[in-house]
Amino acid sequence: MQTDNLELKKLVYLYLMNYAKSQPDMAIMAVNTFVKDCEDPNPLIRALAVRTMGCIRVDKITEYLCEPLRKCLKDEDPYVRKTAAVCVAKLHDINAQLVEDQGFLDTLKDLISDSNPMVVANAVAALSEIAESHPSSNLLDLNPQSINKLLTALNECTEWGQIFILDCLANYMPKDDREAQSICERVTPRLSHANSAVVLSAVKVLMKFMEMLSKDLDYYGTLLKKLAPPLVTLLSAEPELQYVALRNINLIVQKRPEILKHEMKVFFVKYNDPIYVKLEKLDIMIRLASQANIAQVLAELKEYATEVDVDFVRKAVRAIGRCAIKVEQSAERCVSTLLDLIQTKVNYVVQEAIVVIKDIFRKYPNKYESVIATLCENLDSLDEPEARAAMIWIVGEYAERIDNADELLESFLEGFHDESTQVQLQLLTAIVKLFLKKPTETQELVQQVLSLATQDSDNPDLRDRGYIYWRLLSTDPVAAKEVVLAEKPLISEETDLIEPTLLDELICHIGTLASVYHKPPGAFVEGGRGVVHKSLPPRTGSSESAESPDTAPAGVPAADQPSVIPTQGDLLGDLLNLDLGPPVSGPPVATSSVQMGAVDLLGGGLDSLMGGGSGGFAPAPGTAVPSNTGAPLGSGLGDLFDLTGGVGTLSGSYVAPKTVWLPAMKAKGLEISGTFSRQVGSISMDLVLTNKALQVMSDFAIQFNRNSFGLAPAAPLQVHAPLAPNQSVEISLPLNTVGSVMKMDPLNNLQVAVKNNIDVFYFSTLYPLHILFVEDGKMERQMFLATWKDIPNENETQFQIKDCSLNADSVSSKLQGSNIFTIAKRNVEGQDMLYQSLKLTNGIWVLAELRIQPSNPSFTLSLKCRAPEVSQYVYQAYETILKN
Amino acid sequence: MIGGLFIYNHKGEVLISRVYRDDIGRNAVDAFRVNVIHARQQVRSPVTNIARTSFFHVKRSNIWLAAVTKQNVNAAMVFEFLYKMCDVMTAYFGKISEENIKNNFVLIYELLDEILDFGYPQNSETGALKTFITQQGIKSQHQTKEEQSQITSQVTGQIGWRREGIKYRRNELFLDVLESVNLLMSPQGQVLSAHVSGRVVMKSYLSGMPECKFGMNDKIVIEKQGKGTADETGKSELGSGKQSIAIDDCTFHQCVRLSKFDSERSISFIPPDGEFELMRYRTTKDIILPFRVIPLVREVGRTKLEVKVVIKSNFKPSLLAQKIEVRIPTPLNTSGVQVICMKGKAKYKASENAIVWKIKRMAGMKESQISAEIELLPTNDKKKWARPPISMNFEVPFAPSGLKVRYLKVFEPKLNYSDHDVIKWVRYIGRSGIYETRC
Repeated sequence: MQTDNLELKKLVYLYLMNYAKSQPDMAIMAVNTFVKDCEDPNPLIRALAVRTMGCIRVDKITEYLCEPLRKCLKDEDPYVRKTAAVCVAKLHDINAQLVEDQGFLDTLKDLISDSNPMVVANAVAALSEIAESHPSSNLLDLNPQSINKLLTALNECTEWGQIFILDCLANYMPKDDREAQSICERVTPRLSHANSAVVLSAVKVLMKFMEMLSKDLDYYGTLLKKLAPPLVTLLSAEPELQYVALRNINLIVQKRPEILKHEMKVFFVKYNDPIYVKLEKLDIMIRLASQANIAQVLAELKEYATEVDVDFVRKAVRAIGRCAIKVEQSAERCVSTLLDLIQTKVNYVVQEAIVVIKDIFRKYPNKYESVIATLCENLDSLDEPEARAAMIWIVGEYAERIDNADELLESFLEGFHDESTQVQLQLLTAIVKLFLKKPTETQELVQQVLSLATQDSDNPDLRDRGYIYWRLLSTDPVAAKEVVLAEKPLISEETDLIEPTLLDELICHIGTLASVYHKPPGAFVEGGRGVVHKSLPPRTGSSESAESPDTAPAGVPAADQPSVIPTQGDLLGDLLNLDLGPPVSGPPVATSSVQMGAVDLLGGGLDSLMGGGSGGFAPAPGTAVPSNTGAPLGSGLGDLFDLTGGVGTLSGSYVAPKTVWLPAMKAKGLEISGTFSRQVGSISMDLVLTNKALQVMSDFAIQFNRNSFGLAPAAPLQVHAPLAPNQSVEISLPLNTVGSVMKMDPLNNLQVAVKNNIDVFYFSTLYPLHILFVEDGKMERQMFLATWKDIPNENETQFQIKDCSLNADSVSSKLQGSNIFTIAKRNVEGQDMLYQSLKLTNGIWVLAELRIQPSNPSFTLSLKCRAPEVSQYVYQAYETILKN
Repeated sequence: MIGGLFIYNHKGEVLISRVYRDDIGRNAVDAFRVNVIHARQQVRSPVTNIARTSFFHVKRSNIWLAAVTKQNVNAAMVFEFLYKMCDVMTAYFGKISEENIKNNFVLIYELLDEILDFGYPQNSETGALKTFITQQGIKSQHQTKEEQSQITSQVTGQIGWRREGIKYRRNELFLDVLESVNLLMSPQGQVLSAHVSGRVVMKSYLSGMPECKFGMNDKIVIEKQGKGTADETGKSELGSGKQSIAIDDCTFHQCVRLSKFDSERSISFIPPDGEFELMRYRTTKDIILPFRVIPLVREVGRTKLEVKVVIKSNFKPSLLAQKIEVRIPTPLNTSGVQVICMKGKAKYKASENAIVWKIKRMAGMKESQISAEIELLPTNDKKKWARPPISMNFEVPFAPSGLKVRYLKVFEPKLNYSDHDVIKWVRYIGRSGIYETRC
C-alpha cells in the first residue's frame, strides 16, 4: 500500500474496497496509510485516498475518515475538494448521524459558493441526494442568491455537472413569474447542448416554471417555440436515448399539445427502428393526430399494419380506431381502411380490427352499420376472447338488421362452457337483446342461454346477470326493454390519457426513470428515498398557496383538461368499472362529466384522509406502537391494537375484535366496523355494515388502494339484499395478496373505498401483520442457522414484550396458531430460548429469537430480517398474539 | 444514481463488475443475465425493471454494458454515460471486444474509478483523462508539482477539454461537414419525410489556447447582417444557388459558449486538441435529394414478380457520386432471380432476402435502370408479403442541406501567429442515412 506507483496503489485500493466488508479487521490496518495519503503532496493521491475511504463501508473505519475528510473539504486543490464533496454523500449513506454531528453538511453547503464549477456541481449532487432522504429538512434551502450561483456555475461546468445543477433547479419554487422567467431565460441556452440528458433536464426546468408564466406573455409563446426543435433533435440520438426521449415526449404532448403539434412527420416509424422505438412513436402519432394531418397519419398507419412484428401491427390497427374516435371527419376513412385490412385475412389483424370497429360503433351509432356484413364473414376466424366478445356485442346491438342473427349467436352458444367469462357475459346480453327485438323466433334460444348461465355455471357474475335478466323478462318485459336496450352514452374521445395529477407529478420527473416507466417514483423505488411527492407550481394569480410545495396542483383550470378515463388498476377506474362487467355491455359507461367529479372526489377524499390519518394516528417512525393505548379516534380510523377482551380462536390465528372503521356520521349514515382474520390459509376481512340512515342502501362495492403487501379483495363485496334502515349485515370478504403493491407508511396501512348507492366513502385502517404469516413458514433447522448468519447484524432489532406470564411451551403453541413456528428450543442458564421463523405472503422471511426468563415477566424478542422495516410490525403482531 | 456497472460477453459471462452502491446485491448480476441476455424473446425495452432494480443496457457488437440502480435516476444521463464510456474505451484501446476488455482489465477499472464516483459521472473527456491515466503507467513519481496541479486544474477547470502549453510548428485545421440525408418516399414519388442530420467535425492542430469563431450560411445570421440579397460569394457550385439555409436545430460540443450562441447566434469556442465534433444540426427545408428511386413492382400470377427500379441522380453533372448501392428486398419464398442492369453489378443475396445493386461511380443528372424477374415458390401462407422499402446508400461530395462554411477565425493573443498563418481545409461529404422508397 505504501508504494509510490500510483497505478499499483489504485489496484490495492480497489481490492480493499471489495474485500473490506468480509474482513473488517484487516481493513482497519489500512487506515494509517489512508490518513497518510490524505496528506500526500500529490493532489491525485489525496483525492484517491479520500475517495476510496468513503467506499469502505466498515463502521470502525468511518470514524477515522472524519478528520481527513474535513481537511480535504478545504483542500487548496479543486480536484480534491470535488472528490471530498461526493465523499460526504457516501459517508451519509453509511452513518447519517455522524455526518450531521460532525457538521459536514454545513461545509458542503459552503462548497456551493466554491470558485470551481465542478466542485459546485458535485456539492449540489451530494446535497440533493442527502436532502432526498430527509424530505423535511431544508438542506437545500434554495434562495435567489444561491440560485444565482448555480446558474453561473451552469455555464462553466462539465456536461454531467450541468445535469446535477439543472435537476436541482427543477426542485426550486420561484417566488413570482418574473423570477421564473429570468431563470428560464438563463436555462434555455442549454437546449442546444450535445448531451441529451442536459437537454431533457433543461426541458424539465422549463416545463415546470412555465406553469408560473402568464399565457398572455410574449415570452410564454417564445418559450413554447423554443422547446420544439430540441425535442425533435433528441430523435436523432441513439435508439436507447430515443426511447427515453419518446417516453418523455409522450408526457409533454399530453401536458402541452401545442408544442409539437406541427411535428407529426418526425414521429413516422422507420423500418429499421427497434421495436421499442416504433411502439412509442406510434403512441405519440395518435396523440398528435388532428384534422389537419389525419390523412397522412392514416396512410402511415395502414402501411404499418402490414409489418412483421405482431405487437406493432396490432397497435397500428388499434391506432386507426383511435383516430376515428378522435377526429370525427376521418371516421369514414378509418372504417374503410379497417375494412381493407380485414380483407387481408391475416388472423390477428382481423381480430384487432373488429375490436376497434366495435368502439367506432359506440362513438358513431347508426352510421357505419353497412360494414356488418363484412364483419360477419370473418366470424369463424376469431379465436381471441376480446374479438369474439366484440363481435357478439355487434351482433346483439344490431340484431334487427342482421337477418341470421339468431343463427350466428346460436353457433356461439354451442361451446358456451368453453368460452371465457367475457364472451359468456356478452353472449348472454346479446341474446337477451335479440329476444327483445325479435321475441317470436328466439324464445327457445333465450331460454337455453338463461339456463346455461344460471344453472350450469359456477361464475357468480354470470349467474347473477342471468337471474336478473330472467326476473326482468318474466315480470316486466317493458322494463326489461328499457334497461337492456337503453340508449348508451357515447364513449369519450381520449381513453388513454394519464390522469392529470399523475401527469403533473411525472412532468416534475422528466428525464428520470419515473418518466420512462410513467409511474411515480414511489412505485418502483424502495424505502423513503426519492419518494418525495413533487408537484407543479400553481399558476400565478390563482392563489397564495404558491409557497407550499405540497398543495395539489389545482391551478390549471379544469376546462383546459381533457376528460380522462383513468387506466384500469387505478382505484377510481376500478370502482367505476365495478358494475360494468366487460367493457362494452351493460349499464352506461359513465360520461366524462361524472368522471371529472369522481376524480376530484378521489383526490380530495384520499388526500384529506391521508393528512388526517398521519397527523393524529400514525405511530411516529422508529417507535413501536404500544398496545392498549390507541383508542378509536374521532376520525373513525379504528386502532386494531386496541384490544379490549376477546380471545383468539384456537383453530386459526388470533382475530382482534371488531372496531369501528368508518363512523356513521362520516359516511352519510353508513357505519362500518370490522377486523381481519386468517383461517386455513385464507385471509378475510370481516365487516359489519350498519345502515344508520333513513333510506335504504344498496349497490355496495369495495376497493382497496395499492398497499404494501398487495392486499386486494378476492371477490366483490356481496350484499345480497338492500340494507334497510337500522339493519346491519355481517360479511366476510375474502382477500388475496395479488393486488398492486405500493409501500405505505405505516407499512400496514390499508386505504379502503366503499361505494353504495349514496356516495363513495374512504377510510384507512391498519391490519395486523400476522394475517400475512403463511402456513409454510417453518424453516429447516440448517436453513435457519445459515440464514441467521447470513443476514447482517444491522438488520437485527430487539424488542421487549412486557407483562406476559406464559411459559415457553404455551407461548410456542399460541404462536404456532398464528403461523409463527418454533424451530428449536434451548435452555441456557435457566432461560428458555425459542428460535422461530415465519414467512410473509410476499416471501419475506423473518427469523426470531425469543428469550424467556421464568422469573421475569418481560420477554426479549430479537428479529432478523432482510427487510428490517417489517420487524416493528412483526413485533406488534407478537405482542398482540401473546397477550390475547 | 448509478448503483453499479457490469460488462458481459455475448454468453452472459461477467467481464467487468463494479458496484458503487450498497443497495445493489450480488444477485443483480445474475438477474440481468437471466432476464435480459438469456431471455427468449427479443429485447422489448432498453430499460428493464427486475425486482425493483432497474437495468439500463446498450450493446456494442456482442458486448453488453449494463448500468444498475435502485433509485429514480436521470435515465437520459445514464444512457449518455454508457455511450461516453464506450467512447472512452474506444479511445484507449480501440474496438470494444471481449479480448480487448480482458486485456485492458486493469485500465478499465481505473477508468471506472475515475469517471464514476459513487455513481455520479465525473469528467469523462478522453483528452483530460489521458494526461493522468495512461496505459504505460509509472508516471506518477516523475511528475513535478506543477505538472500535477496542472492535471487537476484541467480535470476540474472550466476548459477541461484542453491542456495548456500545446505547440505545433505548423498550425493547421481541418473541417469536415458530414451530412446524412434521410428520406422516406411513397411509391408515387411523394416525399413523406426528409431531413438532413449533419455534423461538423473539426481536427485542430493549433498552438496555445486559441479562441475560434465559426460562421456558416445560417439564414438567421445572414438576414441579421442585412446582406442576404447582395452576396459577394457567388460560389454556388450546386444547382440550388441559394445563399442561406434554415437550420431547424443544432447542438454543440461542450466547448462552445452556449449563452453567446443564444444571445448573438455566434459560435465561439476554444477547441480541444485533435479531432472532435463541433456541432450537430438538423434541417428539413430545401433539401437537395441526390437520388430519386422510381420502383415498379408487378405481380405476375402467384409465382412471379417483376421488378423495375430506375435511379436518377439529381446534382451538377460535374460532380461524381460514389459507393452507390441499391437494395431491393425480395419475398421470403423467392426461388430464383434474373437480373439485368445497365450499369454496375447486381446480385441476388438469398441470405439477406434482397437484390443488391452496386455502382461504383455515377455523375450528376444521369439515369440508370435495373430490372429483375423474381420466381416464387407457391405457399399457402395467407399473409401477404410485407414489401419492405427499397433502400439506398451513396456518398456525394457536397452538403445536401446546402450548408456552407463561411469562415473559421482563429485568435491566439499570447502566441505570435495570426489567423492568416493557420492552414485551413474544408471538405463536404453527403452520405445516405436511411434513404428509403416504399414500393
